[in-house]
Amino acid sequence: MSLLNIENLSNTVADKPILKGLSLTLDAGEIHAIMGPNGAGKSTLAYTLGGRPGYEVTGGSVTFDGQDLLDMEPHERAAAGLFLGFQYPVEIPGVSNLQFLRESLNSQRKAKGLDPLSGGEFIRLAKEKAGLLGLDMEMLKRPVNVGFSGGEKKRNEMVQMGILDPRLAILDETDSGLDIDALRVVGEGINTIMRKPDRAVLLITHYQRLLDYVKPDFVHVLAGGRIVKSGGPDLALELEREGYAEVVGAGVAA
Amino acid sequence: MATETETPTTAEAPVQNAEILERLGRRYDAGFVTEIESDSLPPGLDEDVIRALSAKKDEPQWMTDWRLEAYRRWLQMPVPHWAKLQIAPIDFQAISYYSAPKGPKYNSLDEVPKELLDTYDKLGVPLHERARLAGVAVDAVFDSVSVGTTFRKELAEKGIIFCSMSEAIREHPELVRKYLGSVVPHGDNYFAALNSAVFSDGSFVFIPKGVRCPMELSTYFRINAGHTGQFERTLIVAEEGAYVSYLEGCTAPMRDENQLHAAVVELVALDDAEIKYSTVQNWYPGDAEGRGGIYNFVTKRALCQGRNSKVSWTQVETGSAITWKYPSCVLNGENSVGEFYSVAVTNNYQQADTGTKMIHNGKGSRSTIVSKGISAGHSNNTYRGLVRVAPQAEGVRNFTQCDSLLLGDRCGAHTVPYIEVRNPSATIEHEATTSKISDDQLFYAMQRGLDQESAVALIVNGFAREVLQQLPMEFAVEAQKLLGISLEGSVG
Repeated sequence: MSLLNIENLSNTVADKPILKGLSLTLDAGEIHAIMGPNGAGKSTLAYTLGGRPGYEVTGGSVTFDGQDLLDMEPHERAAAGLFLGFQYPVEIPGVSNLQFLRESLNSQRKAKGLDPLSGGEFIRLAKEKAGLLGLDMEMLKRPVNVGFSGGEKKRNEMVQMGILDPRLAILDETDSGLDIDALRVVGEGINTIMRKPDRAVLLITHYQRLLDYVKPDFVHVLAGGRIVKSGGPDLALELEREGYAEVVGAGVAA
Repeated sequence: MATETETPTTAEAPVQNAEILERLGRRYDAGFVTEIESDSLPPGLDEDVIRALSAKKDEPQWMTDWRLEAYRRWLQMPVPHWAKLQIAPIDFQAISYYSAPKGPKYNSLDEVPKELLDTYDKLGVPLHERARLAGVAVDAVFDSVSVGTTFRKELAEKGIIFCSMSEAIREHPELVRKYLGSVVPHGDNYFAALNSAVFSDGSFVFIPKGVRCPMELSTYFRINAGHTGQFERTLIVAEEGAYVSYLEGCTAPMRDENQLHAAVVELVALDDAEIKYSTVQNWYPGDAEGRGGIYNFVTKRALCQGRNSKVSWTQVETGSAITWKYPSCVLNGENSVGEFYSVAVTNNYQQADTGTKMIHNGKGSRSTIVSKGISAGHSNNTYRGLVRVAPQAEGVRNFTQCDSLLLGDRCGAHTVPYIEVRNPSATIEHEATTSKISDDQLFYAMQRGLDQESAVALIVNGFAREVLQQLPMEFAVEAQKLLGISLEGSVG
């Protein structure tokens, strides 16, 4: 059984159709990259899978691990193992990263019928994951994303992913705003945390460069609200070399 | 040179949050009624009622006279209407001014009936010997009387007096006569005058010279009977070099009627003394349509009389249909310090008009004001504050920060800071912000696994953090939970 199965998904945002019959299947153990021109619907796909209010599904279906994903609240999707790495991580003043993550994790554990982690257990876990991403523990004591640089925010997203331990990570332009060193650290983080037989990643990106560090098994081109071309890692290189218009046709890429 | 500015700014919620505003009403865990027979005065107010009340409490003549003077002043005063509040007219003749559980006075907590002990247990304030709150002494006020005070012996060993006001009037008349009305005179304002005439009970705290109170002191106010008002009077005196941290909590049953709570709190800090006064106010706020709830009209004022004296007010105001209070500091002492930290939450049809007055009369006196207003539903939340610097007060500093957080597009947040500076050496800073919980923040928190109520509670607690940090640890946790509960159903 596939981990994520999107069939013929259509939606609207503020009454404007964005996704128009998108189909995509991810199996556990796979990393998929979705590339595409601006305005193709890449972030819309991520938000729709996350269950963001205002992203109204008008057709199609999505199952996640056999469950009807579209029927679940955002926090239920999170507890089921879906993690969304935000393109623009949000600031929450006055709430420390540690408090935010501990409450989030324990809320997910509660939904799964597990006991909450104690303060000590949680700190050990957070230390381990922060170390993996080269993020200082001091950063985790600061308010969520407040005063963080672009690169710190993205690394913080990856620390959150490490702590929440999802089965499927949808990473929306996690590479944007990263310098080359940070890109490598984040890439290695994704591999360490998510490159496992029971997990899958959907990487949404504009550029090939993150894919130098996180080798995708499949590459898809999203244009005009649907997947217009799929292939192996070579497709990303081809896109980089020749541009979307050349690869998928000028009419579709526009 | 004198400068005087008055800058009322009003920010009606500019919010367009699409999905907000399913008002589901909120949970009020303290809304039960205790079945106990009570001994009440019939409704109505005149000089005979005051004499009867004073007689019930075995008060000396000077106390009765003081009450009557206050009553006569009150009769001359008009009802104040300057605050931005919609108050239905109050029928003062329909209120019973005294209600107490029937039976003889309790000489110790062992004599307190089980129904009463159970009431406080249910509210999380255990009074019986076994389960007393560790490190916190409690005075429990039920309607018009104090039913008991814990840890009295331990405190008395240090010379600390912590007892009900009624008892203080009997046992320590010299102290009460010296300080009662010295900060809030009986003709101070309409509701203070009413309180002075009819106050029933409250707490009295006296910390002698050089003593640091070894535990938190607290009073738990409970209104139980219907058609009554609660008019408590609290007086705290910290002599030279003394320190005390005091906390009050308040709840009431859910009723369709509005009940009046008009309290007066007076604090006196002498040289180098420090008083920390924290309030967690959770009176019944009324239902989702704005029916019922407590009118919380309170006068709180501190006199920082001594050099280097310090008073810090911290309040978490979540309850009451209408809150009207301005815990203030009169900073007479050289280098005295006044602080005001406030979180006020209004939901549904609640109204809050709260803030502080910092009156700088002493040289080098300093004050800090941090006010966090959170409005939801159809509520209105106003910060009203005054910073006044007298001509002789050199080198005064004040910092004021007023932040408003809006949930939904039908609530209001208003900031009305008055600044009167008559000494040019003063440094006065004022910062104000208005923001809303964004859809981005909500979705981000929910995507990490928090349900909507928890996400709102987390974000609101973050917003209020600077103030919550000021509360004693045991109460900070309670206050955090309360903020979440108060806003339940405000985002839908």
